[in-house]
Amino acid sequence: MKKFVNEVDNILSESLIGFGKAHSDIINVNLSPDFVSRKNKPNKDKVSLISGGGSGHEPLHGGFVGYGMLDAACPGQVFSAPTPDQMEAASNEVYHNKGILFIVKNYSGDIMNFEMAADMIDHANQTVIVNDDVAVEDSTYTTGRRGVAGTMIVEKTIGSLAETGASLDECKNFGDHVNNMTASMGVAFSSCTVPAAGKPTFELSADEMEFGVGIHGEPGRRREKIKSANDLTKEILDNILEDLKPNNNQEVLLHVNGFGGTPLMELYLLFECGQKLLEKKNIVVTRSLVGNYTTSLEMAGGSFTITKLDENIVNHWDSPVHTSSLRWKI
Amino acid sequence: MNGVKIFDSIRNIEITINNHKEEIEKLDQEIGDGDHIFNILRGLQELLNLKDKLVDETSDQIFKQLGMKIMTTVGGSSGALFATLLIGMSKKFNPELNDLNNLSEMFYEGVESMKKRGKSDIGEKTMLDVLIPVSKTLINLKDESNISKVAEKIIIVAKDGMLSTKDIIATKGRASFLGERAKGHIDPGARSSQLAIEAICNQFINN
Repeated sequence: MKKFVNEVDNILSESLIGFGKAHSDIINVNLSPDFVSRKNKPNKDKVSLISGGGSGHEPLHGGFVGYGMLDAACPGQVFSAPTPDQMEAASNEVYHNKGILFIVKNYSGDIMNFEMAADMIDHANQTVIVNDDVAVEDSTYTTGRRGVAGTMIVEKTIGSLAETGASLDECKNFGDHVNNMTASMGVAFSSCTVPAAGKPTFELSADEMEFGVGIHGEPGRRREKIKSANDLTKEILDNILEDLKPNNNQEVLLHVNGFGGTPLMELYLLFECGQKLLEKKNIVVTRSLVGNYTTSLEMAGGSFTITKLDENIVNHWDSPVHTSSLRWKI
Repeated sequence: MNGVKIFDSIRNIEITINNHKEEIEKLDQEIGDGDHIFNILRGLQELLNLKDKLVDETSDQIFKQLGMKIMTTVGGSSGALFATLLIGMSKKFNPELNDLNNLSEMFYEGVESMKKRGKSDIGEKTMLDVLIPVSKTLINLKDESNISKVAEKIIIVAKDGMLSTKDIIATKGRASFLGERAKGHIDPGARSSQLAIEAICNQFINN
């Protein structure tokens, strides 16, 4: 394993301390229990947004703590859900008299630990569960679709609504709405190495890819030979559009997300493939985001996320945001 | 049941799981993301570190504190579930009962709490495929006088449960994302649970 590391057991805490120092104008880092919170507390009552999940997906979620987005984020061990005491401590730190809204990716571990946290805290609270990954069919027989790169879009838009002083119910309903308008799917060209394991989670030969991969290097829908970017784009977007069923001339946000090991050059190429294909289908890309936002350590590959836009979603996407990884109009 | 015996069991579990570390990691990498073994070993180590502090406490207090420790240090599904098991067990402790009666009732309560927390049941390719049959068998055998015989039976029930996960298509947890592809693979949580139960049973047989 070749990684920047001193002691494997200290990777997370050293990284968090560095993160805190690098962005000391925006965030505070608390250790044991670990959570990231806003440096500048809002000077008004608002719903407090708290997300969290396993580490290894940076900048998700800590990179999205700040004005216009999250109030706090709770990082777990690499690829492991955080523990309830982290969410409890974060809730006490960032409570602003209007309740707590948890934003949770749909993985069993995250769901259970956030539920335990919800049982523990005294403040009114609700939870938005993000499940944008269309690679996994949703049925009554499965845990359901995973939460992947669409999560940051949910966090950005509810974050904006919460700044307006909206109620806990309004924030929860809007979060569910954005989640319903959002679908994602990705493909991996290589595995990733969990530091504690020291070796890759899975092996892919030089000409293979994992289609419909998750964000933990866990296997996806199927393993197959690699294809051209255009063919891949078509296959992924067909799955996403089948789920979203956009109308003619539907305006959308197109997000190309890298998993950590793919150059931006390729991600922009992928955006071009996606935009072109959507144009042919009379779907209008009016908002875009390209980059490594929801990663799987050093995994190569990427995903498409599409959010169907309405006036509300556009306004809350465009509004000012000031976090370490997403910043505009401020 | 007392602090010394409880911490002996944890020590035995830790040794057994450690001996099967690579195997469990491999099972998890085939159908999960490979973090299970590290979470389990980290949790067990944290529990062992509590020995000096807790060994003289009452058994229900020990179980409760162990559960809280797992809850705040392990994370993931296994952390939430094993914490729920231990805290559930602590609630049913009754010093009036003999050890087998007591453990059977405690374990049953713990497993029921886990089912609720995980919204899961038998036949979904999880650790519950081991723990539910064990808890039912314990209840059935709780008035047996020969505790070694009970332990031997439990070892078999746990192993059968663990092996049963091989042919199930997962409907809970990470493996559920694989559908048919997880078939033929033993669930890593079922394997680690079965090994833990075997370690405790062997302790009773050897005494």
